[in-house]
Amino acid sequence: MRVHRKAGRVLALTAAAGLLVAACGGDDSGGSGDSGSGNGDGGDPKTFIFGSSEDPKTLDAAYVSDGESLRVIYQVYETLVALEPGTTEVVPGLAEEWEISPDGLTYTFHLREGVTFHDGEPFNAEAVCFNFDRWYNFTGPQQSGDVSYYWQTVFGGFATADLESSPPTSRYGSCDATDELTATLNLTEPSSALLAGLVLPPFSIASPKAIEEGGTDIEQAGDSLSYTGGFGSEVVAGTGPFKFVSWERGESLTLERNDDYWGEAPALDEIIFRPIPDPTARLQALQAGEIDAYEGVNAADIGAIESNGDQVVERPAFNVGYVGFNNKLPIFQNEKIRQAISHALNRQGLLDAAYPEGAVVANQFLPPEQWGYNQSIEGYEYDPDLARQLIADSGETNLTLEFWYPADVSRPYMPDPQAVYESFAADLQAVGFTIVPKTVPWTPDYLQNIQGDGLGQLFLLGWTGDYADPDNFVGTFFRQDRPEFGFSDPAIQGLLNEALAETDQAARQALYEEANQAIYDYIPGVPFVHNQPLLAVAGHITGYTPSPVSLEDFDLIDIEG
Amino acid sequence: MSVETTDATTATATTPSRPPASLGREALRRLVRNPMAVVGMVLIGVFVLVAIFAPLIAPYSPTDNSWLDQVRPGQYPGPSAEHWLGIDPLGRDVFSRIIFGARQSLLIGVVALALGAIAGIALGVLAGAFGGWVDTLVMRFVDIMLSVPGLLFAIAVAAMLGQSLTSVMIAIAVVNVPIFARLLRGEMLGQRGADYVLAARSLGISRSAIVFRHVLPNSFTPVIVQGTLTLALAIVEAAGLAFLGLSSSNPSTPEWGRMLTDAQETLTSAPMLAVYPGLAIVLAALGFTLVGESLREALDPKFRR
Amino acid sequence: MLRFIVRRLALLVPILLGLSVLLFAWVRALPGGPAYALLGERATPEAIAAIESQLGLDRPLWEQYLQFLGRAVRLDFGASIQTGQPVTEEMLRRFPATIELALAALLIAVAVGIPLGYLAARRYGTWIDNLAVTGSLLGVTIPIFFLAYMLKYVFAVELGWLPTAGRADPRARADHPTGFYVLDGIVTGNLDASWDAIQHLILPALALSSIPLAVIVRITRASVLNVVNEDYVRTAEAKGLLPGTITRRHVLKNAMLPVTTVIGLQLGVLLAGAVLTEKVFAFSGVGQFMADGLVQRDFPTIQGFILVIAIVYVVINMIVDLVYGLLDPRVRVS
Repeated sequence: MRVHRKAGRVLALTAAAGLLVAACGGDDSGGSGDSGSGNGDGGDPKTFIFGSSEDPKTLDAAYVSDGESLRVIYQVYETLVALEPGTTEVVPGLAEEWEISPDGLTYTFHLREGVTFHDGEPFNAEAVCFNFDRWYNFTGPQQSGDVSYYWQTVFGGFATADLESSPPTSRYGSCDATDELTATLNLTEPSSALLAGLVLPPFSIASPKAIEEGGTDIEQAGDSLSYTGGFGSEVVAGTGPFKFVSWERGESLTLERNDDYWGEAPALDEIIFRPIPDPTARLQALQAGEIDAYEGVNAADIGAIESNGDQVVERPAFNVGYVGFNNKLPIFQNEKIRQAISHALNRQGLLDAAYPEGAVVANQFLPPEQWGYNQSIEGYEYDPDLARQLIADSGETNLTLEFWYPADVSRPYMPDPQAVYESFAADLQAVGFTIVPKTVPWTPDYLQNIQGDGLGQLFLLGWTGDYADPDNFVGTFFRQDRPEFGFSDPAIQGLLNEALAETDQAARQALYEEANQAIYDYIPGVPFVHNQPLLAVAGHITGYTPSPVSLEDFDLIDIEG
Repeated sequence: MSVETTDATTATATTPSRPPASLGREALRRLVRNPMAVVGMVLIGVFVLVAIFAPLIAPYSPTDNSWLDQVRPGQYPGPSAEHWLGIDPLGRDVFSRIIFGARQSLLIGVVALALGAIAGIALGVLAGAFGGWVDTLVMRFVDIMLSVPGLLFAIAVAAMLGQSLTSVMIAIAVVNVPIFARLLRGEMLGQRGADYVLAARSLGISRSAIVFRHVLPNSFTPVIVQGTLTLALAIVEAAGLAFLGLSSSNPSTPEWGRMLTDAQETLTSAPMLAVYPGLAIVLAALGFTLVGESLREALDPKFRR
Repeated sequence: MLRFIVRRLALLVPILLGLSVLLFAWVRALPGGPAYALLGERATPEAIAAIESQLGLDRPLWEQYLQFLGRAVRLDFGASIQTGQPVTEEMLRRFPATIELALAALLIAVAVGIPLGYLAARRYGTWIDNLAVTGSLLGVTIPIFFLAYMLKYVFAVELGWLPTAGRADPRARADHPTGFYVLDGIVTGNLDASWDAIQHLILPALALSSIPLAVIVRITRASVLNVVNEDYVRTAEAKGLLPGTITRRHVLKNAMLPVTTVIGLQLGVLLAGAVLTEKVFAFSGVGQFMADGLVQRDFPTIQGFILVIAIVYVVINMIVDLVYGLLDPRVRVS
């Protein structure tokens, strides 16, 4: 059976349409005069400067899961299967085509010919298997959850289980370089999400020579882990459209065009990533023409950005933000209280005042673009009078609740948690609750208090999809008991487990829709938003294609004029 | 005594010698004639009155978000007859929030000052009165506290204690402990050889009686001066901590530093939302600073000409 | 003199020991604890237990403290949670930026503060005096980040005269052998780079200079007034010396004593004040790293930075005392 998987989970998402508009405005191309450094081939170099929120951790793709590292890595390295820009559709990457055996245990990848790594080494099946074997043979601290998160998500365990937290078994069997351009991946058990997972940058194929020469050590340094290997900081070699030039930590990370790129040559000569942690400072740097783009635009700044001749680009929503209930508390075991809260929150009011126009009120724990979304669910109306009635009917008298929100953090579904808290707290107080605010920094305190210790009563949390599968949303929340939700509903868990094991697509979809209805009826919390995270892009930039999973190809970008 | 010179307050060598009673009256007279002092006192007066009578002055509750439906991202209604300073991004009346914010700022200033001064004075008296190893021990401790620059120290303390108004007040107070401790110890040592102390000693009056009846009251003026300046600093420092994310856990309760920090997010679309609390902080702190500095001068004989 | 230095250095030991205990206790008292700070968002209880045993967090406290101290003595504070790089390396990388900024701010404060303070003293009680004093006091009462945003808004965003963020134009790709960008330009013969670095320094240095400026104005004014009333100045006046000569020979020379002390002390304060300024200007020094570390609970960084800044601060204090002793025979230590 030869499946050329191209369709699968196509998401009909607003792709590059909106952003090519409004690219007018002869804004000055920015920067103070003496940029220098023309690379010889005539004219000013086309330099794209991205204002990031912090430096990458390392450019060793296998070790990271944070957005800033992945953004840089995505331009330098490639994976066997790739994403169609602006979608979550899986398309050929370094593998031109592939076959999956009927039992789902063998994946045969036919590799692209004539690809070389940035260090001049040839790309071939041996290189592919070298990378897979490297990941599988991670030891010690490399197995910790924050280092190899995505490997553990997609493949489970390692050759040995060194940490107590290491998954005991692995889905990975072996990788064989059948011939120069054929790599065969053998699994120990089938996985319906494998290809969707392999598009993630942590599965980037790097030059074996660079890996060996640079070194990939992780050391325990004091209380924390340190990336001491030179690979990913000094030696960086992938196959992508841009190659690594230099990295001055805290200041700038520079990439330049890979002239030997196998695909279409990028228009840009150079990309510079410049860390500017303060969001207001990023906006001002864009206005002054010092950067060409940044992520995490405040909805309030849209007007200022557009009137400056710059563009606001919306990422398709692929997230959910929710007010969670800790259902182990007696007050939340009273169904009327849960219903009362869902009617008391003025979600549309909050979204109108503080979210970008593309944000929509959520009524399920997964975004509408995700298959498995139940179209027939209407959602709870904002109705404070009904909420007061429900509270009266509930018989509860002690209406004091702790409401937790994270401090100093901006999440895609919640650019300003404090504003969300303040707005919802006012709504809840208006119907008779007494709200006690609780706030701590996002990591580690908030996540530990809420997700680790289940200390929350009411709390703000959310999720951004890693890949397009409903299990990545509702499965994460409700398939197992979670301390933050503090409830165990056999019906919901049964449905979700059944859906995960099911291999027939139509049956899976039906199961997830049923599960979403059950979750909606139970009300373990109130989803309130599917946000469209915003990016700002300078007026003279074209081709910035927003991605629902935040993986954007900078080789599509060009600079006008 | 080499250690003293490391402290700015003593290095300035402006610690006044004991003014006799007539000199105190003379100082007050000069204070009232000093335009800077008068401006300062007016500012303090307004600030304190606003804080006390906030519910009477403010037209609305500071947490009433009834005007949320008038707000769109980046578009916040400006000053109008109903809302003198406009509406904030969460649909609340800005003027009412500024008025009520005076309470929080005054509270932070006063409590931080009181905590810091009491602890510092206690340590200073302990060191100055007993001398010897007690003095060494206390001053070593003070040295350790002073070895970290004030703001940094406050940041570390506030970060450890977590998000709450109390932790902000404690953090600011802790920074002031060594300053007051030094001030008091210096005063005590300075007065140890003073004639009246020697006289009291020779009369056989107990040490504690000398300390509490004579030395302490005589150290009162420099403490007042330092206290006024500390109040100003506390208000400004609270804003700095808020900017670093260290402030009360309840953002709905208006506090100027927090409002100023939150307004940075809408700086481009609504800069005035930052200007109001910013101006409030500057004026309140300036009031205390002007009075403190004028007082220091009025008490210092060298400024008489 | 030598004995004085040795004694002061010996004083450093208990101070730093005490501080190390405080810093160690500080991290252990943090809610969540180090293991959680390390694992973050994706942590599971099992992973935390594993990390704790791996890092020795399950051993007795005193043993952990001795370990911490042993490493701290070698200036090894572990790796930064933010970057995964050794804290010592991060400090070395970022300290030049902060020192450069602090020196620039101090330069502005001195260049403006001393003449202003002197003028205020000579025109004591006039409106010039009142204006100078009130104006400089405003500098202390404006929250520094507010001033920074305002300066940036006016001079960088609206007028476009100066850059809004960073230390240099990244497109220039200048070499930085020392990490002091202005100096680097001179050393490498790239004067454009120096000029670029200076342009990037102006606004943050202006914002940061507000506090030392106020202090210097105040001290200069007080100390000039003090000296003017001294007997030797009165004698000089009585002798009929020209006012200019009196100023040069007597007033300024003597009045500058306390001013030098304060200047030295302000350097330490500036290093800490940089936390707020650097954050606003994305100036990649120690301060910004600390401010971000605070939000991300990067405790190894905070420990290391506080300890190092404390050492710098204490050493500066010591040097100030020494200089003071040298300049003023009346204070010379027995």
